[in-house]
Amino acid sequence: MLKITDLHAEIDGKEILKGLSLTVKAGEIHAIMGPNGAGKSTLGYVLGGRPGYEVTAGSVTFGTLDLLALAPHERAAAGLFLGFQYPVEIPGVSNVQFLRESLNAQRRGRDEKPLSGAEFLKLARAQADALSMDQEMLKRPVNVGFSGGEKKRNEMVQMGIINPMLAILDETDSGLDIDALRVVGDGINRIMRKPDKAVILITHYQRLLDYVAPDFVHVLAGGRIVRSGGPELALELEREGYAGVAA
Amino acid sequence: MSVALPTRRDEAWRYSDLEAVASVWPVAAADVIDVPAGTQVSRVIVQDAATDAVAIRDYRVILREGATATFHVLNTGGQLGRVTIDVTCHEGSHFELGAAMLGGGAQTLEIVTTLNHIEPNSTSNQVVRSVLGGRATGSYLGKVAVARHAQKTDASQSVKAMLLTRTATANAKPELEIYADDVKCAHGATVGELDANALFYLASRGIAPAEAKALLLRAFIGSVFEGIADDAERARVEAAAQGALERMLDSSLSQREREGVRSAKPSGKGEGDL
Repeated sequence: MLKITDLHAEIDGKEILKGLSLTVKAGEIHAIMGPNGAGKSTLGYVLGGRPGYEVTAGSVTFGTLDLLALAPHERAAAGLFLGFQYPVEIPGVSNVQFLRESLNAQRRGRDEKPLSGAEFLKLARAQADALSMDQEMLKRPVNVGFSGGEKKRNEMVQMGIINPMLAILDETDSGLDIDALRVVGDGINRIMRKPDKAVILITHYQRLLDYVAPDFVHVLAGGRIVRSGGPELALELEREGYAGVAA
Repeated sequence: MSVALPTRRDEAWRYSDLEAVASVWPVAAADVIDVPAGTQVSRVIVQDAATDAVAIRDYRVILREGATATFHVLNTGGQLGRVTIDVTCHEGSHFELGAAMLGGGAQTLEIVTTLNHIEPNSTSNQVVRSVLGGRATGSYLGKVAVARHAQKTDASQSVKAMLLTRTATANAKPELEIYADDVKCAHGATVGELDANALFYLASRGIAPAEAKALLLRAFIGSVFEGIADDAERARVEAAAQGALERMLDSSLSQREREGVRSAKPSGKGEGDL
């Protein structure tokens, strides 16, 4: 589903990704772990197409598409979802309005019929319920005044409504207490654990992986994947730290 | 009203397009609205003159004891579009303004208000939002004058401008002249650009650049017209504002964004292949 080959990317002329390669197949969940500053979030942003992140070499194919040739909104319409480490507050735009515009923009991009207000509300309510999010929060401005945990939950509600092919979740576990972690973990499994979908989980810690069991674990350090393995690698990292494993 | 053509030395004309002014000078006398004690009036002003026109509209409002005036202004048309409101507040009266200036090209748009709080306990609240593209200039000049005995005056001004291009200009000038000692006069002014983080967030959810900008700008103008009591009228003004925003966005999209919009349908394979 996703094939990253020898990817180099820089911000403000500083190279952050230095030849990263990774292949993700449908049905797989990959965890990417690594020390601070390794380039984990940069990888997410480069795949999402954030302005300011310049790809200097390498390629990324998403299905049959050249991902890097697409604008960010086209990547979303093609089925890529980027879960933000720090979801952005948008005053004056209600969650419902935002989600409906998102979903319908993507549907238009795929030549599908937009959902009516009623159809959409039904879908949004079901997703909010599934993630134990207060219905009232659907009416509030996007992420404004939400706690860290509520913002992450809201990201998962968005993911549930948008129903992407590939989710790249950047530290979705940060800022969550134990209960919220379980709810979010269950959400990821429910929405994305399917034979035709895939997930890249970017995380610092093992604890999210207790809820969302990865098929593969990769260590990202110095802008490259330095080690790959199965779930046991995450436990080894937790025990011995990055210094030993990445060395 | 002075018959002589104004100059830049006149504070109220400092940022105006005086050539355009000269072409229509002298202008008609101000529309006088004298609001009897204890009553209310509201006015909705949509200034959407043709792009090559010069539209100058002056209002003089006298609020008698306990009277209220609510003005909603959409200032969007003309080579020069200028709306001035001069308000005199007697005891316990209230003036409310919700205004938006939306301009592009080489337009000059202005809202000039003067609040004369001449007796105690009167209040005023002004909210002005501007969105400017092209080489447009949008100016809000808001003078609040509180007379010596006009105690307990409460006057507030909130002025925000959003620039869509580096060549647009916003002027925001609250001017306070306070002779009483027990008053509240709050004023705030900001000039900014669309939040790049918010735009990327919206894009990452599939919303194209032009739609994302429109969504953020609608939110920015937000509640300015919410106070229009008549539903049909409010819908009319909001639709006019929306139309103005879309026209501006259309002409201010960068080349790259146009290309992005054009290639919105990546050639070839469908979802099934992923």
